[in-house]
Amino acid sequence: MIAVLGLIAGVVLGILLEPSLPPFVEPYLPIMIVAAIDALFGGCRAYLEGTFTDKVFVVSFVSNTIIAAGIVWLGDQIGVGSQLSTGVIVVLGIRIFTNAASIRRSLFHA
Amino acid sequence: MPEPESPEPESPEPESREPESAPRPEQSASPSGWRRLVRAFLRPSRSQLILALCLAIVAFGLVWQVRSGTRNDYANARQEDLVQLVDGLGAEEARLNGELNDLENTKRELESGRDSAAVARSEAERRRDVLAVLAGTSPAQGPGIRITIDDPLQKVTASTLIDALQEMRDAGAEAMEFNDSVRVVASTWVANQGSGLVVDNKQVSRPIVLDVIGDPQTLEEAVRFRGGLASQVTGDKVGASITVDRSDKIRVDSVVTAPQPSFARPTR
Repeated sequence: MIAVLGLIAGVVLGILLEPSLPPFVEPYLPIMIVAAIDALFGGCRAYLEGTFTDKVFVVSFVSNTIIAAGIVWLGDQIGVGSQLSTGVIVVLGIRIFTNAASIRRSLFHA
Repeated sequence: MPEPESPEPESPEPESREPESAPRPEQSASPSGWRRLVRAFLRPSRSQLILALCLAIVAFGLVWQVRSGTRNDYANARQEDLVQLVDGLGAEEARLNGELNDLENTKRELESGRDSAAVARSEAERRRDVLAVLAGTSPAQGPGIRITIDDPLQKVTASTLIDALQEMRDAGAEAMEFNDSVRVVASTWVANQGSGLVVDNKQVSRPIVLDVIGDPQTLEEAVRFRGGLASQVTGDKVGASITVDRSDKIRVDSVVTAPQPSFARPTR
């Protein structure tokens, strides 16, 4: 319940504030968003399987986003930024699909 | 990319095989996913608050990114992509500059062509006007003289008039007209018909009036020189009187229609 409210609040805040991106964040925000979505799916799956812990979720959420952005930043420094960001997106995408499959299995047993 | 996975799988993966093995506060009542969802929906907890916070952050970032993405396409492009874009734009600019030069050359050619066409056209119009006056196909006006031959004895003959026309032409006459009605052109003929005169198949009544456009001084001299038209018609044999009026504005209004050649065509 509160989670859904939080989602709505985030969207409303983003629309109302219309923040402008600081330039150094711009290349990394998409990667961070994908990493955060991955952490959310993992937390959802853990919750449905009954193994959800606040601490683990928060740590995974923060570290996922920071590590993803850090890898891409490192790639930009050594000139393989676009390839690395593609790689990170692929890995995170695979994890999102795996988590989504687990969620589906625990909800529909199929 | 194994680092971000490490905090997450350590809890779900060992327990996904046997969900009941590690008892936790939320899990004790029901193992089913749906019931757990419904219960969580009805009974908020502290962990949900944290989840809500994370969801809000993600949603905020998503909206942020989507909005800024719609604002500027190039803001989050990478350096090499931008370099490629600039290269592409440079090549495009060079190509368009070449096209612009070609088009400007074409424009210049067309403009000079238009100018020379206009010059040729005005020259042709001038010559057409000159030729129209000479051929008698258009009315004319200008300085000249008006010769009136009063001929009560009707002794002025066609040959006298032909001599008169020839004299006028020699004196530079550009347009001539009998009695305001018969235009004199290159093919004009004069004939006697009984006591009357016929010019180009039209009867010329007396007194004979001849309008001539040209230099009035020269024309009058050509009429009055000894042995010329004036001395012929005023001589004892004819007994007519002649008056010559100079005018700055002689009008020659009658025209002839130029015959269309049936067989001959102009060649260029």
